[in-house]
Amino acid sequence: MNYLAEPMQFASWSTDAASEIIDRHQSERGPLLEILNDLQRTFGFIHEDAISLVAEELNISQAEVYGVVTFYKDLRTEPPGAFVVKICKAESCQSVGADQLAEAAQEIFQTKIGSTSQDRSVTLEEVFCLGNCALSPAMMLNERLLGRMDIERITELSKEIKDVSL
Amino acid sequence: MTQKIRVYVPKDSAARSVGADAVAQAIAQQAASREIELDLVRNGSRGMFWLEPLVEVETPAGRTAYGPVTVADLEGLFDSGFLEGKDHRLSLGLTELIPYLSGQNRITFAKMGISDPLSAQDYLANGGLNGLKAALAMSPEEIVLAVTSSGIRGRGGAGFPTGIKWRTVLEAKSDQKFVCCNADEGDSGTYADRMLMEGDPFLLIEAMVIAGIAVGADEGYIYVRSEYPDAIASLKSAIEIAYENGWLGSSVLSSGHAFDLFVRSGAGAYICGEETAMLESLEGRRGVIRAKPPLPALEGLFGKPTVVNNVLSLAAVPMVLAKGPEFYSELGVSRSRGTQIFQLAGNVARPGIVEVPFGVTLGTLINDFGGGSRSSRPIKAVQVGGPLGSYIPASNFDMIMDYETFAAANAMVGHGGIVVFDDTANMGRQARFAMEFCAAESCGKCTPCRVGSIRGVEVIDRMLGGQDLSANLELLEDLCQTMLDGSLCAMGGLTPMPVLSILEHFPEELGLIEGQHSGSR
Repeated sequence: MNYLAEPMQFASWSTDAASEIIDRHQSERGPLLEILNDLQRTFGFIHEDAISLVAEELNISQAEVYGVVTFYKDLRTEPPGAFVVKICKAESCQSVGADQLAEAAQEIFQTKIGSTSQDRSVTLEEVFCLGNCALSPAMMLNERLLGRMDIERITELSKEIKDVSL
Repeated sequence: MTQKIRVYVPKDSAARSVGADAVAQAIAQQAASREIELDLVRNGSRGMFWLEPLVEVETPAGRTAYGPVTVADLEGLFDSGFLEGKDHRLSLGLTELIPYLSGQNRITFAKMGISDPLSAQDYLANGGLNGLKAALAMSPEEIVLAVTSSGIRGRGGAGFPTGIKWRTVLEAKSDQKFVCCNADEGDSGTYADRMLMEGDPFLLIEAMVIAGIAVGADEGYIYVRSEYPDAIASLKSAIEIAYENGWLGSSVLSSGHAFDLFVRSGAGAYICGEETAMLESLEGRRGVIRAKPPLPALEGLFGKPTVVNNVLSLAAVPMVLAKGPEFYSELGVSRSRGTQIFQLAGNVARPGIVEVPFGVTLGTLINDFGGGSRSSRPIKAVQVGGPLGSYIPASNFDMIMDYETFAAANAMVGHGGIVVFDDTANMGRQARFAMEFCAAESCGKCTPCRVGSIRGVEVIDRMLGGQDLSANLELLEDLCQTMLDGSLCAMGGLTPMPVLSILEHFPEELGLIEGQHSGSR
């Protein structure tokens, strides 16, 4: 199967672009999480300057923004690799060998879960449930859901990622 | 001019996760090279996932199914005349007659997989908006009464009657009320919310408008977990289309009722499926739970009276109003009325959606629908109701699915997810995982949950290492009791359930001998 892998494209950090994003959400109720999700979608991560900028524009404390950034697993404070690969390690996937698959994936992608490979091609993460429990073991490549995964398919995926990244 | 042949390939993200996009593309290419004009529809999934990608062809006899189809099969399928519904190795006959489907009673999922989920025209043609139209002819009290007498209970886990929740919000006095849909479906083994949001998003929109009219709210939020990007995209498109058609906005169906609806994305926190943590998250804060009371129905989102319902609880409402509450309440058993959307997952031969009335046995679901284990090995246990649900051994598969039967067995129906484990499963490790998961996902508010779960992992590790078993067993039982008694919400309060069920049914896998565990809860 062809994974049609495309590396994620992120803008480089700019306070002007970030301010625009914040302004776009200003009229919403309780916009902080929406703003942070949007900043990450745009820049790939929450830049350290974003904390004070958001705090100032929303008129809340930096501690409050920092508290939210650190509470949610999705929000990262470091840029990710070109591809983010998430491996589901919840019960449904466990029942068909997700733990062994996660071990193998660390070998195949040459990085530990929770970190980015040296060539920065892949950030490998574990996740608890992708809602693809009927087709376990499940994974996610950027925002693309993958099902019925096995070592062979992960190897194919890794080759494709390497080809695209080079 | 002859009519184009209509072919269906699901665009559900699960179907796409095993190659539905490539199959759809290849069908279009094959057809083009054979100069056949096709009407290729990307429908929702029928929920028979072992057959995905499932391709259907509209024939004079009805929709004919083929699956699981790979790109390599397509040339053969075209050669053997599948476009006329002819026989092939992958033939499944008429879709509606596949026993897995014909054996169900699909009410909430009636429109699932029938057509393009974002076609407003198809939605109306298949009975969409009948519930809303009925609601517009009723008073708020009458709507709430219909929902109450239908017997719909919360599908999120607690099983609280939906109508009573609505009544509380209706009777609350406030200048502003909200309707919030909890679509933070984080339980492993559950995927019905995701399918519904991708495969029938207008149904959820219709249900939320009805809820708004019933309780006097003009603003709604759907909180979707970030792990569901396709559901978020589908909902956002559907909401846009709903506004264009006047199903949302300043005067819903020209009724004078206003209702605005917004989609909000989570950011990877299981605890935000707990209703008060979800409200905190919607307000843009850390997903730390709130103590109850005050109930969200009285002081919910931004302190205003708020309906908080699960996707499936809401999605049952339009049909109840369209066909009357008796249509729903006559199905089911005792205090569990209507249907439940069971989700078969994990090591099962025929994983998928099974919507049947409450009262079905576990065994019927797992063996008759599910076909036993995927590995063909004996089934050891199933976990029902997500990571906070009990493990039930194969010897108890005569248990019937209803809220009270499960509660009496220290188990829960929860969101209807059933994860199957075969005899190679290591139950000691599953017990450890329950604590590990709680440690990873606890919001940190209550000490028994925040610290107890970490201690739980350590105690179970010692037991798995064969260290001082009776002392550690006593400690584990005591710890479980403290978590049960001392946690504000279900995260800490129910994490002991899977652990205690393993102590009860599989004591030997924690190194114990039978009877050593006191069994007291």
